[in-house]
Amino acid sequence: MSTNTIALPELPTTRPLTLRLHEWVTTVDHKRLGILYILYALIFLALGGIEATIMRLQLIRPHNGFVSPEVFNRMFTMHGTTMIFFVAMPMVFGFANYLVPLMIGARDMAFPRLNAFSFWMSALGGLFLYFSFFGGNGLYGAGSAPDVGWFAYAPLTAKTFSVGHSTDFWTLSLLSSGIGSIGTAINIIATILCMRCPGMTFGKMPLLVWLNLVMAGLVILAVSPLSAAQIMLVVDRYLGGHFFDTQAGGSAVIWMHFFWIFGHPEVYVLVLPAFAFASEIIPVFSRKAIFGYPVMVLATVAIGFIGMSVWAHHMFTIGMSAGANTFFVLSTMAIAVPTGIKIFNWLATMWGGKIRYATPMLFCVAFLFQFLVAGLTGVTLAVAPLDWQLGNSYYVVAHFHYVIVGGILFCIFAAFYYWFPKVSGKMYEEAMGKLHFWLFFIGFHLTFDFMHIPGMLGMPRRIYTYEPGRGWDIWNLIVTIGVVFQAAGILVFAANLVWSYLRGRTAGNDPWDAWTLEWSTGSPPPEYNYAVIPTVRSRRPLWDLKHPEDPDWRYE
Amino acid sequence: MSALSIGLPESNFEWRLPSRGRVGMYCLIAAEVAIFTIFVVAYLFYLGKSTTGPQPKDVLHVPVFYTIYLLSSSLTVHVAVRKLIAGRMAAFALLWLLTILLGGVFLFGTACEWMHLIYDEGLTISTNLFGTTYYSLVGLHAFHVTMGLLALTTVAVFYYAARLGREHAERLEILSMYWHFVDAVWVVVFTVVYVIGR
Repeated sequence: MSTNTIALPELPTTRPLTLRLHEWVTTVDHKRLGILYILYALIFLALGGIEATIMRLQLIRPHNGFVSPEVFNRMFTMHGTTMIFFVAMPMVFGFANYLVPLMIGARDMAFPRLNAFSFWMSALGGLFLYFSFFGGNGLYGAGSAPDVGWFAYAPLTAKTFSVGHSTDFWTLSLLSSGIGSIGTAINIIATILCMRCPGMTFGKMPLLVWLNLVMAGLVILAVSPLSAAQIMLVVDRYLGGHFFDTQAGGSAVIWMHFFWIFGHPEVYVLVLPAFAFASEIIPVFSRKAIFGYPVMVLATVAIGFIGMSVWAHHMFTIGMSAGANTFFVLSTMAIAVPTGIKIFNWLATMWGGKIRYATPMLFCVAFLFQFLVAGLTGVTLAVAPLDWQLGNSYYVVAHFHYVIVGGILFCIFAAFYYWFPKVSGKMYEEAMGKLHFWLFFIGFHLTFDFMHIPGMLGMPRRIYTYEPGRGWDIWNLIVTIGVVFQAAGILVFAANLVWSYLRGRTAGNDPWDAWTLEWSTGSPPPEYNYAVIPTVRSRRPLWDLKHPEDPDWRYE
Repeated sequence: MSALSIGLPESNFEWRLPSRGRVGMYCLIAAEVAIFTIFVVAYLFYLGKSTTGPQPKDVLHVPVFYTIYLLSSSLTVHVAVRKLIAGRMAAFALLWLLTILLGGVFLFGTACEWMHLIYDEGLTISTNLFGTTYYSLVGLHAFHVTMGLLALTTVAVFYYAARLGREHAERLEILSMYWHFVDAVWVVVFTVVYVIGR
């Protein structure tokens, strides 16, 4: 028995289901809320995946009639909105919720009730969005789910062009989940600044904590403008306002600015936690301390700052002034520098290390290469003249899926396998993990490598079908075949989680021989996390414990 | 048994962290600043772009007195918290109620201004771009004043239920940070709407 857990009076283990459910619904515990966030994200991952599959089936061959154009429009809108706001964001917040207090040696978040409020606001947003399938019919029976695209450009969202309530559900869902996101971001910052255990100065925080701090700052600065823009859209749609009404002097372009002021920092909101997972996992599986900790922190902060000033590179094709184009070309290219520094740091961490290729590490290594490619296609798109050619084509779609799937989702999978033993107390099945990795890896590359090509050949995004003989056919077929492998990978992943949770062998407190605080408490951690609040003297407190003859704090 | 979970190096050094309430409120204010920035940018961007009347210079009157009421409420709330810390409860209650009164008078002023604009000048949120941006920006601020008044009133209720003491001074200080923020936003809105925009 670990001495860091207190024997509490045993609760009867067979409490009725309703009571247990009630505990989950009313919980304010950061670990339970983290798990709720993650489960919620997994449900929406399945929904968003089904929508993507429907689109790919429609595009598998030219002149296909699998779904109607109207349904296709709904599918890409729902897929994008779901994946960003109800998969990626709750996933990121779920892990932050679960891990940050444990890693800084705290017993909970700074504001546990705000935490629960934020989760349920986000959950309400997801319900709003999917209720639109039933309730979006509105006045004239037109539309069901929103079909305005995930960035909902004006004037498509105007009452004239979007009758019924589908767009209203879209905007309400983003507004409600936005309030939840801001609440959680406030909570994360307050937790990190005010709840660290004694000795954990800023220079000794695990990198995951640092990256989530910057992520939360970006959420506050980026999601708030989105909420403001949604309020304006509500004013336009319900009160007859003219913010984005071009006929009354309003501007469609200003919606684009407001949306992308959110939209681009959002990419960093999602990718910084992915970096955070890689920064924890790569050192442990290379058996080396992270290379260049201070530089990693500085690069993160630099990404946070520069990330706020690149948004209009999404708008090169609308015809901005030469000065604006130049500024956003240069700022976008500048952000490649701190990102590149990070990639070199991870490589240097692996260099000369004793690498263990367990499933989390496999996903992280694939992430390194895929994120590099995603960054390189990003630099090509940052060149405004090339963007005029490639903008709104499948090249763009391939690029950002390389970032979000190849970069972020791979790291999220790595995090699932790495922290699964901590959260569940059980070890996952390594063979199934590796099978998941290879299926998903092959599927990812089939889909998104080959998706660049029709884009370069001029295939626009968001078309529901295309003419044969334009050289796009074979590429679209390959892209759709990749979906099969990805779907199979996801099924193996889900089966692994369920099977290991029910039947897996006990993992123990520290199965990876890791160095951060969460591995010092029980698996799963007790409700109070730490019976005695720990004290730390270095960035790797558990290394110091395991190697008292050669502790880290001598060198930091 | 495991040395893993115990005895992380103990030492008796001083360990101080910022107050979480204060940090939380600063973060909330940062988020609110971002929201207001977007509305202010929209207001400035759309200045003079209305295709029909009325225009700001025709209908807006500078609300000098109501502005003075609101800004002075920042002073009263600040002094009120000082009094609470000093344990002078009666003075605290008086100043706190005065703050609520000043905020309420400001809201009343906004209501009168809107009455005038809607019924005398025929300007509503859907009349033109000026109406849309004006009511949104001023309304967003008025909404924040209302929220602040609700919070201030809650404190007053706790006071009269004899549930308020000096130990709550920090919480009240944090609430007063929000109130100062609402006042500071009014300075910006005032400048944008009644000085630059007129």
